[in-house]
Amino acid sequence: MSQNLQYTDNGNLRHFLSIDGLRKETLEQILTTAEKFTQFGQREIKKLPLLRGHTVVNLFFENSSRTRTTFEIAAKRLSADVINLNPSTSSTSKGETLLDTVNILEAMHTDLFVIRHAKSGVAELIAQHVPEHVHIINAGDGQHAHPTQAMLDMFTIRQYKGPFHELRVAIVGDILHSRVARSQIHALNRLGIHEIRVIAPNSLLPAQIERLGVHAYTDLQQGLDGVDVVMMLRLQKERMRHAYLPSEQEYFNLYGLTTESLAAAADDAIIMHPGPINRGLEISSVVADGPRSVILPQVTNGIAIRMAIMAMILGGDNNG
Amino acid sequence: MAETMNIHIRGGRVIDPQNHLDSIEDLFISQGEIVAIGKMPEGFSVDKTIDAENQVVCPGLVDLSVRMREPGLEYKATMKSECAAAAAGGITTCCCPPDTRPIIDNPAMANMLTHRGEEIGLTRVLPIGALTTELGGEMLSDLHALSQAGCIAFSNADMPITNTLVIRRAMEYASSFDLLIILHANDPWLTDDGCMHEGEISTRLGLAGIPEAAETAIVARDLALIEQTGVRAHFARITCARSVDLIVQARERGLKVTADVAIHHLHLTDFDVGSFNTLCHVMPPLRSERDKNHLREAVALGHIQAICSDHQPHEKDAKLAAFSESEPGISGLETLLPLGLKLVDEGIIDMNTLISSVSSEPAAVLGIDAGSLSVSSQADICIFDPAAEYLLDESTFLSKGRNTPFSHWPLKGRVSHTIHAGRLVYPVTQV
Repeated sequence: MSQNLQYTDNGNLRHFLSIDGLRKETLEQILTTAEKFTQFGQREIKKLPLLRGHTVVNLFFENSSRTRTTFEIAAKRLSADVINLNPSTSSTSKGETLLDTVNILEAMHTDLFVIRHAKSGVAELIAQHVPEHVHIINAGDGQHAHPTQAMLDMFTIRQYKGPFHELRVAIVGDILHSRVARSQIHALNRLGIHEIRVIAPNSLLPAQIERLGVHAYTDLQQGLDGVDVVMMLRLQKERMRHAYLPSEQEYFNLYGLTTESLAAAADDAIIMHPGPINRGLEISSVVADGPRSVILPQVTNGIAIRMAIMAMILGGDNNG
Repeated sequence: MAETMNIHIRGGRVIDPQNHLDSIEDLFISQGEIVAIGKMPEGFSVDKTIDAENQVVCPGLVDLSVRMREPGLEYKATMKSECAAAAAGGITTCCCPPDTRPIIDNPAMANMLTHRGEEIGLTRVLPIGALTTELGGEMLSDLHALSQAGCIAFSNADMPITNTLVIRRAMEYASSFDLLIILHANDPWLTDDGCMHEGEISTRLGLAGIPEAAETAIVARDLALIEQTGVRAHFARITCARSVDLIVQARERGLKVTADVAIHHLHLTDFDVGSFNTLCHVMPPLRSERDKNHLREAVALGHIQAICSDHQPHEKDAKLAAFSESEPGISGLETLLPLGLKLVDEGIIDMNTLISSVSSEPAAVLGIDAGSLSVSSQADICIFDPAAEYLLDESTFLSKGRNTPFSHWPLKGRVSHTIHAGRLVYPVTQV
């Protein structure tokens, strides 16, 4: 189970695969550590020597510019050597398995792999097969988990809204296909949130989602009523082709976040989105660019959060 | 190949559900047949005595679904390795689904498999013919010719027949010659790219789920067609409680339809997938706790007649992949009986029900003369020690497939001898 895999025998963070299975103290330590790094990002010289001599490989089997870039910046700010690989366009497809690829890179003395893959469970699979001194950070696996995104979201919520136990949060959109939503739900619950609501038509809500500790709504207005945080999800346009939804227009009318629909939320509610945004599909530009939007601060916070997680994982090696 | 000998099986608890026999008896075998139970026949000269004291002597097991992987996938397993595994598991009849490469959709393939089975001589190999050519779901295979060539039944294996009219015609045609059709109830659209039961665990893991309706909708549809065509039909690998209810209702209306369940569906649920355990990736998928309990009850009540291994050996790499990309299936020949005995041990079913569900009942489904200890029937016999306790160690499997989620499970009951056609095929004593 990921719980054991993610910690070393003496309780340090070994891999970062999924929020599910992490202790509350670990999540809090990540937030506190990231806090220090945000201040640091505003300095003129933004480098710390914490990971000097360490090699970080960004292994992105699935394309992503934003997440990969923030990981790269985070590793470089900690003075690590960073290599970016996109094996979907270089090696794998011809018989070389996932584990072959990792073994080869591991033989080049990589210390940390940041892995993104289109299939659920890949980060965990790789973590099960690397030697003890090699670490894995999950940068998104299929529809399973995107734990660094969830942590930067937690950081942003804490920054703008304060203690979790008083807050109501709504997650709106394609919950079914969202690794972000799953990780957000685990993180919010672990940090003691007052209430989580997920809002979507039933065709985009996964089976027995309530078992994860959320209340499900199919009506946007009811779901947003009084919430302090609105977390929007990106809607893939291909969902229409597979009959999850009738049309973009109908989706925007029913679930799009606009000034009008936002009126149901608390007056000081903040708006979040993991990006990239489909303007006019899940959110109107007025709201996305409005005063309550914290979408850009989320991106900035992503660097500090990823620095914190890398430092905790590889820093543990130095201490041990 | 081992010699046929005059064998005296001494002092075992002889259980033969078909003949309502359950008592301590001696059993005598000669010329490949059972010649007497009880007293030694006059003039019987014993070549070999098997001491079966404190052991159970029952009919050799009849397994409704065994993938031998030959021909076509010999890197996974071969008929030689899997026949030996069957013998080690007390299984003396193996039905092989048609999805070999090439597919069993022509008499030559059916003949080849049967003959290869006879040549190996460790278990009876009965091919199941492809219902449609190349399992394509469009044109019927030469069902009559295939049946003449030894195909015991017909199925489309795990490949769907999406055109309902083709299924109707297949049933009508098969019923003309009283051929048995084996149905794998799975709606390919509802299953889509699903790889596990749709529920809390699939939601947690972000894996595409297979809803219960993928099975129940097809069971309902096929029952309607069975009723209309009168075909002899059998549902393979039922996993959902509601499918059982549909089948029970149909039987109450007088339909002679039968069903089987894979042994792993009586022990595991979607929770066992845990954190992407690919050894628990099976098709049809492991269902909920409620489904598992309902299946167990259905076996106890005889609503599901047969239990099979659904044996699917794999090489190691097949399971070393992302869950959805790993190949489904469990290597099950050598755990069918011990996992069945676990159900007996837990008080879920009694010993006689277990033995009939893996011998006489599947034989009755197929309409073959097997699964009993009747005098002058072929001597296919399994002898096992019901008290032997051990932790399952898959490295001892004779099967080339070591893919089992039951590794280290505490099991009770171990096959000590298997006799097939009067020959001792397990343990193998000679070089």
